[in-house]
Amino acid sequence: MSAHDEMIGQATPPQGVLARFAAFRENKPHIFLLLLMMAVALLMMDPRTWVLLTISGLAMGAMVFLMASGMTLTFGLMNVLNLAHGAFISLGAFAGASVLVWLSAQASEPSLLINLAAILPALGFALVVAGLLGLVFERLVIKPVYGDHLKQILVTVGGSIIIMELIHVVWGPNEIPVPRPEALTGAFLLPDALPVIGGVALEKYRLIAVVLGLAIYGLMTWIIERTRVGILIRAGVESREMVEVQGYRIRLLFLGVFVAGSALAGLGGAMWAMYREIITAHMGDELMISVIVVIILGGLGSIKGCFYGAVLVGLINLYVGYLEPRLAAVATVGLMVGVLMWRPQGLIPVIKV
Amino acid sequence: MAESILSLSGVRADIDQYHILHGVDLEVPAGELTVLLGRNGAGKSTTLRTIMGLTTVTQGKVRFRGEDITGQPTPRIARKGIAFVPENMGIFSLLTVRENMVLAAVDGPMDPARLDWVFDLFPPLKKFWNRAAGNLSGGQKQMLAIARAIIEPRELLLVDEPTKGLAPAIINDLAGAFEQLKQQQVTVLLVEQNFNFSRRLGQSAAVMNDGGVVWSGQMTELADNDDLQHELLGLGLGEHQ
Ligand SMILES: Nc1ncnc2c1ncn2[C@@H]1O[C@H](COP(=O)(O)OP(=O)(O)OP(=O)(O)O)[C@@H](O)[C@H]1O
Ligand SMILES: [Mg+2]
Repeated sequence: MSAHDEMIGQATPPQGVLARFAAFRENKPHIFLLLLMMAVALLMMDPRTWVLLTISGLAMGAMVFLMASGMTLTFGLMNVLNLAHGAFISLGAFAGASVLVWLSAQASEPSLLINLAAILPALGFALVVAGLLGLVFERLVIKPVYGDHLKQILVTVGGSIIIMELIHVVWGPNEIPVPRPEALTGAFLLPDALPVIGGVALEKYRLIAVVLGLAIYGLMTWIIERTRVGILIRAGVESREMVEVQGYRIRLLFLGVFVAGSALAGLGGAMWAMYREIITAHMGDELMISVIVVIILGGLGSIKGCFYGAVLVGLINLYVGYLEPRLAAVATVGLMVGVLMWRPQGLIPVIKV
Repeated sequence: MAESILSLSGVRADIDQYHILHGVDLEVPAGELTVLLGRNGAGKSTTLRTIMGLTTVTQGKVRFRGEDITGQPTPRIARKGIAFVPENMGIFSLLTVRENMVLAAVDGPMDPARLDWVFDLFPPLKKFWNRAAGNLSGGQKQMLAIARAIIEPRELLLVDEPTKGLAPAIINDLAGAFEQLKQQQVTVLLVEQNFNFSRRLGQSAAVMNDGGVVWSGQMTELADNDDLQHELLGLGLGEHQ
């Protein structure tokens, strides 16, 4: 059978510095844009400020990633537009905050270990409550409107209003202060001896948010890349029909993804609550602008694109917010428009059949 | 003729507002390779899609091993043991060859011995095991599409025009693979325009025209009768290269 054993076309490595740079820009647009943004910011401010803003931007990116990852998968897999996603973020925030208030004895101890006895249940509760609501929401609201974007927009906006009203009923109409656990307040001081950036104070909570965000990104990447369910999700994003032809129930897969995505939105909301230390029922809607920018920017349906999109949105928010606060929101949308002009399918497009 | 494993009776199907199938009657005998022939647009692909539940039946019945499967959801039909290789092959181009095969083996990990057999049939799959399937050549993609359908034993294979756009050498390889399936008495329903390929492999045959089956019988009957070929398929003498 050697007749058609021909090699699969292999691109010859590009020659010359410029060509290599162009190849890098086209092949790794997410890394390219990230480095470019960080470099430009570094030129415009002093290095200590830059370190501070970068960590904060990464922290914001990590939390927005959690909130956005579910939405990008539900859209990529089933073409479902869930505009109630923001309400899941709010719900997670309130659920998490309730547990923190309830366990305030543990949360106000200075020991991290005792704090964890409040933080983990809070995050876990946010995850479970948002996930369960996701289960009910998919069956009652989303299922009847598969394949019809207009109806999806109408019913999910309606569903969103209902969830927010329910939050008002349960937690009252006012904004609620969230006690940040004791061990997560304060900052690490970088030793003065460090060149250039010595003496910078890094808020502990932001560092922890970055670590948690990276851990969950790692876990999701592992699931998507290595497990059978992950293969199925990628296959489903490419062709729902062929997944069914192979004997898998795509609706069930989608339900699982929807529930997981809702749970992650809740987790992101709870983390955001501890970050902001104050929550309102509408916080999710405010975050939805960033979420939508992130999933369009990253390429609909791509987890990796979602992660880098979120980091880019977080960074530009902090950088521009520092340089010219009034332009922070404009910059976020400007970033999206700029990327779409360069790459209409987003940074890491998922090809659909 | 062997007992039929699949039978369609009076199957009508619409796509949007168009009536595509106007009462298809078709019997697929167990353990044989049946070729479904017909001109472009006759409704061959739609018939296969209808069997898989991908196109909705508006009238008539599809029976598989005696059971009425009309209107059942596609995954359930697939799990009854029907594998389908669509006209566009339907491989997942972003997944690797291995991942495509992993999904095809619905009952769990692939049987190593069977995988070796598949590799013997289609050596390029072994070579490009961890490459993205989208980078395979057209012939290799077709091999992958067929390999997915046979990585686990199935009751019935539906294969839509596997030779489309392929070079003669590869068509020959594919024919070899089908010969082996025939020896194992796997039931195959093969849509094919290439008459030489059909004649070489087919045991039974059915010819479609304008959304219905207009002739069915033994392949030898059709192969030996030039007038019949001319009438049913528009094939002239000397047209089978
Ligand atoms: N999605 C669709 N929408 C409208 N008409 C369709 C659609 N798919 C198929 N048809 C029509 O249905 C008829 C049968 O198509 P089908 O693909 O089943 O034919 P076929 O016998 O497989 O043809 P070919 O040999 O060209 O593959 C054709 O007239 C075709 O135009
Ligand atoms: Mg066809």
